[in-house]
Amino acid sequence: MTWARKVLSIDRRIIFLLVAAGVALPLLRPVNLPITVTPRVQAAFDAIDALPAGSKVLLSMDYEPDIMAELFPMSVAVLRHCFRKHLQVIAMTLYPAGTGLGERALRTAAKAEGAVLNKDYAWLGYKSGFQVVMIGIGENLRGMYPVDFYGTPLDSIPVTRGVNAYRQMAMVINLSGSSATDYWIQFAQGRFHAPLVVGCTAVMATDYYPYLSSKQILGLVGGMKGAAEYERLIDTVGDARRGMDAQSLVHLIVALLVILGNVALFVARRAGEDLGGRPAGSMTR
Amino acid sequence: MRRGPLLVTFLSGAAVAALFFIPHHQAQAVNNKLLEWTLVVYAFALILGSMSLWNSHARKLNARAEGWPFSLVTLVSLVGITALGIWKGVGEGSPVGRIYNTVNSPLASTMFALLAFVIASAAFRAFRARSVEATLLLITAIVMMIGRVSIGPLISPHLPGVTEWLLDVPNLAAKRAIAVGVGLGAVSTALKIILGIERSYLGRS
Repeated sequence: MTWARKVLSIDRRIIFLLVAAGVALPLLRPVNLPITVTPRVQAAFDAIDALPAGSKVLLSMDYEPDIMAELFPMSVAVLRHCFRKHLQVIAMTLYPAGTGLGERALRTAAKAEGAVLNKDYAWLGYKSGFQVVMIGIGENLRGMYPVDFYGTPLDSIPVTRGVNAYRQMAMVINLSGSSATDYWIQFAQGRFHAPLVVGCTAVMATDYYPYLSSKQILGLVGGMKGAAEYERLIDTVGDARRGMDAQSLVHLIVALLVILGNVALFVARRAGEDLGGRPAGSMTR
Repeated sequence: MRRGPLLVTFLSGAAVAALFFIPHHQAQAVNNKLLEWTLVVYAFALILGSMSLWNSHARKLNARAEGWPFSLVTLVSLVGITALGIWKGVGEGSPVGRIYNTVNSPLASTMFALLAFVIASAAFRAFRARSVEATLLLITAIVMMIGRVSIGPLISPHLPGVTEWLLDVPNLAAKRAIAVGVGLGAVSTALKIILGIERSYLGRS
């Protein structure tokens, strides 16, 4: 068996081991690769940074634990920025399993920046019905959330007192890993003209570039890379910056594997080897 | 028999569409009421979903069908977590909060993290330059994979610029075209449903 043939029929467990090493090693021994800030994340940061102290900001953390690696550090970074700027955050989620993560993100950021529940931020928790809730907040916040996550009426909470619709909020920030973002753009921005900043997973980010260029969203934070850029902008080292070393190495390993596989295929074909179609095409071996 | 659901669909669809464009406070009051109704419908859907989940797994359990222990775990979890939530609350520090943080959250993250291994293996096996189009896709994918992470600028200072161009020009053009197509398709489908032309949501006759 030639080397090309051996490469093409490599056991997938070797690939798994390479990926595992690529993830684990940088986390155990951080390299601290430099993070360059892209214009989209800079725009998101600038939009939030420009808000005057005391402004009300609605933050919807619409994700569940499956994508928390990307969106949880992003939530903490954005919240820390808001608390540093003394913005008053009204936080919520449209996912039932997002309540635990949202509450954890709020507590983590509040602890780091010395923010206080109900004075600096309010946690409304979960409400079902994507579009209905978004339209409802545009008309009557208390119709959707009469009480916060802990059962306190909104009028008894300093952060939410006097706030009943988007027009009393300086900005809406949506951090999501689903189509919830589309609806926030359609309803909060499109219908009620709320200034909107979006954060999403890396694979979703390109879907929202058109809205950025049309100014329907003011900034876009995409995936762990975007979260790492945001952490750099607020001068902190969080999970996203630590995770970027691992992500970089794994991307490099996958790219090298793909190149190696193609070189081996080319060499094997030149040598006139019968590949039989299976080793090169099977994804499950 | 189908006239009733078709009439309800037509009236509610036409009313909600019209209310979108009427800013008068009375129209918006009606709109708010309709939104409240929708929330109630959502709540009932949650109950219906729970009942459906219970029936499906209870059937498997009774018949000792393949994988019945998983059904047992599902049912015990459904009842146990619901009861704990009602009894002790759902905030951080509550039993449900602790279960969420120590079981649900790591399990869901782990399942998603496995994708990295599967995708790496699949990319190695399937990403092959077999044609001009496949070669273009392959080169673009490698440039994006390397150029979008922190290591990219260290390999070549031009990589981030190339990835930005790929995202801002060809990607944006294609995304805009798709968005316009999807938007027109959604309007067309909504109109067909409101006017009763599209009736598949009613089920088979």
